[in-house]
Amino acid sequence: MSNSDVRKGVGLDVITLGGFLIVLDVISLFLAARTQDPLMRMHAYIMLGAFTLGLAALAMRAANGITYDESRYEEGIVKAGVIATVFWGIVGFSVGVIIAAQLAFPNMMYFQDIGWLNFGRLRPLHTSAVIFAFGGNALIATSFYVVQRTNRARLAGGVWPWFVFWGYQLFIVLAATGYVSGITQSREYAEPEWYIDLWLTIVWVAYLLVFLGTLMKRKVKHIYVANWFYLAFIVTIAMLHIINNLAVPIAWTEHKSYSAFSGVQDAMTQWWYGHNAVGFFLTAGFLGMMYYFVPKRAERPVYSYRLSIVHFWALIFIYIWAGPHHLHYTALPQWAQTLGMTFSIMLWMPSWGGMINGLMTLSGAWDKLRTDPVMRMLVVSVAFYGMSTFEGPVMSIRAVNSLSHYTDWTIGHVHSGALGWVAYVSFGALYCMVPWLWKRKRLYSNDLVEWHFWISTIGIVFYITAMWVSGIMQGLMWRAYNSFGFLEYSFVETVKAMHPYYIIRMTGGLLFLIGALIMAYNLWRTARGDVRKGESVPDVMPASAAIATA
Amino acid sequence: MTERPEVDQHSGTETTGHEWDGIKELNTPLPRWWLIIWAGSIIISIIYMVLMPSWPLPWANTYLKGLRHYSERAHFEQDMAKLAASRGPNEAKLAQTPLDQVEKDPDLLNFAMAAGKSAFGDNCATCHGSGGVGAKGFPALVDDDWLWGGTLEDIKYTITNGIRSTGDNTRFSQMPAFGRDGMLTPQQINDLVEYVVHLSGREADAAAVARAKPLFEDNCAVCHGEDGKGTRALGAPNLTDAIWLYGGDRDTIRETITNARQGVMPTWGGKLPPWQIDALTIYVHSLGGGE
Repeated sequence: MSNSDVRKGVGLDVITLGGFLIVLDVISLFLAARTQDPLMRMHAYIMLGAFTLGLAALAMRAANGITYDESRYEEGIVKAGVIATVFWGIVGFSVGVIIAAQLAFPNMMYFQDIGWLNFGRLRPLHTSAVIFAFGGNALIATSFYVVQRTNRARLAGGVWPWFVFWGYQLFIVLAATGYVSGITQSREYAEPEWYIDLWLTIVWVAYLLVFLGTLMKRKVKHIYVANWFYLAFIVTIAMLHIINNLAVPIAWTEHKSYSAFSGVQDAMTQWWYGHNAVGFFLTAGFLGMMYYFVPKRAERPVYSYRLSIVHFWALIFIYIWAGPHHLHYTALPQWAQTLGMTFSIMLWMPSWGGMINGLMTLSGAWDKLRTDPVMRMLVVSVAFYGMSTFEGPVMSIRAVNSLSHYTDWTIGHVHSGALGWVAYVSFGALYCMVPWLWKRKRLYSNDLVEWHFWISTIGIVFYITAMWVSGIMQGLMWRAYNSFGFLEYSFVETVKAMHPYYIIRMTGGLLFLIGALIMAYNLWRTARGDVRKGESVPDVMPASAAIATA
Repeated sequence: MTERPEVDQHSGTETTGHEWDGIKELNTPLPRWWLIIWAGSIIISIIYMVLMPSWPLPWANTYLKGLRHYSERAHFEQDMAKLAASRGPNEAKLAQTPLDQVEKDPDLLNFAMAAGKSAFGDNCATCHGSGGVGAKGFPALVDDDWLWGGTLEDIKYTITNGIRSTGDNTRFSQMPAFGRDGMLTPQQINDLVEYVVHLSGREADAAAVARAKPLFEDNCAVCHGEDGKGTRALGAPNLTDAIWLYGGDRDTIRETITNARQGVMPTWGGKLPPWQIDALTIYVHSLGGGE
């Protein structure tokens, strides 16, 4: 390490961030003072508090003397991201169990006097908490880890990565408090209102700049495939987010806004966004994670470099077309439905490219599936990825969709992707990163990882099989006609028939939550440096914070 | 570069020669089965695009119609027309047949019951419960206790015009809010509660019943009758039986006398075609209590 790598004192990054926070403080103070809208005022105070805290933290850091050591990786932010991922994961899974219970026992779980605790408000809280809070933090944390390690460069931007991290947490808090108090655009997965969207845009642009800045500092010639996927995720989410949220607020001091689009164009924009949130957030981003943690944990080379190039570009080009399959048999013109369906079918193999590369990387290390439950979790995640990226194109076929659309089958499909793929690959990454980052030689307990793996896997199987059965049954009941030409079942009869499956689904979700709680305990004990007695836990190598020069 | 890249021991495949944080990449060719299936899915998609409506032609304000000239909307309309044609003769017959004659034609009765069950599930079950079991504030249709009458004609009138609804001929009655509007004191209401409990044959405070008797005669009997057995013409319920629309416990009766009840049933005439209202009438009449 040479001294020229160490930078001390208040740099441009601190000055720009400090200035920016002051501006934001003034804006939120203005909003809080001027608005007549009590919900907007609540959010203005939350923002005011957050920006003031940020300013205070920055001032304290500057007073204590900031040092940047360019020869060492920035690990603090990744640790913070790991904690946030586990925290929001448990929040999101818990809300999921609550709303599953509300669907299974609608009378018992209906709170007449506590409106915000009911399904309508909690459902977007659940989806956003798991996708954006849990998944988003997992992506930010792992991308900050991976981009540094694979480029042998410290994160760019000085204190700005911390702005990205805390700014993203503020976005989550604003979105969540908004949902429960009734602030929503009613756009699925894009519920936050215009000012929260603006805030996320700022945070996201900062994220992009930090990521690109780190890539530009790289000390290796080629950019590793994981970074392509992370970059595609960051860039495309920015585009999708901005376009889908184009809206006109009714006043600068009111939370409510109206979409720039109307009618079927509005629906198409929303599902172009919605589908690509799946494609670029939940697929491309997590493939980036997979491309680092699977070969790293297996200690094997990635199966095929050529496949990674071809399936990356194919995925990027084809995914963006597939959105209309969410609007089959609606007012959307049929030609658009055709394109949505055919591009979904052509997407099948490009999606599977990631699965092949993930699974075949294990070739030569299959024995690890038996001995290493973390490896098993990562591999099962890739298997679920393969299953749901096959199921998706099947469901996009119009004839299949006429049965599956609006039924629980869709919910089952989403959860085989969300629980099986997204959550499992994140859990695998967390189990890898905690000993590496906290410099522990091993996890607290391997047995607890086994318990987590089996309890959660049984939970996932309960969940998705219950939803398949109930979804297909629902679809068949809805379309059944009797010999006189009347519908065989009234809607309420189909709802009643779902009851046992909703109980199974709730049980599956509960098991999944229990698994995550076991993981949280295990990771916490690992970070503390404990090792469970009477258990032989395999050693792992703590990752060095020093940037290799060779 | 002349130097050959490293060969992976296990697979015998060359690596690309790059390494990132210990991760290397094999230079394995694309799996053939993967390429074949992908090409197949592209070919199938292109065939589908040729057959079905696909690419937009914005400069001509149209789109490629596809060789099959398939239109989802036309297909839907054909389906609905086929369905309407299959029901049509029975619908017409039901609309022409007087209600009391329907049960003499078993085929027509079966049709009416099927149509009625379907329409009931979509329109009525929300309040009256599936199968017409009722709920608090929404009468059960499976018993023989009728507020406004249980003959075919009565039921048809209720469905067509509704109760306290928007139609011109809606059934209408209004119980006064004796407590809220200050017509009776709380003490008097408490006495009346005992009286109503006594009417339905349950044990009640005898002194309160005696005090309430003149109150009942002055305020309630005009609609509910001297004997409390109710008046159908006014939709005034029978208070002497064990069937309660809102509940027969003392607290609920006190609430009813204090604030009154104004349940509403929509006017279905004009929303549903006449044959469907006939079918609903026959279905509801058959549920158990038809007169």
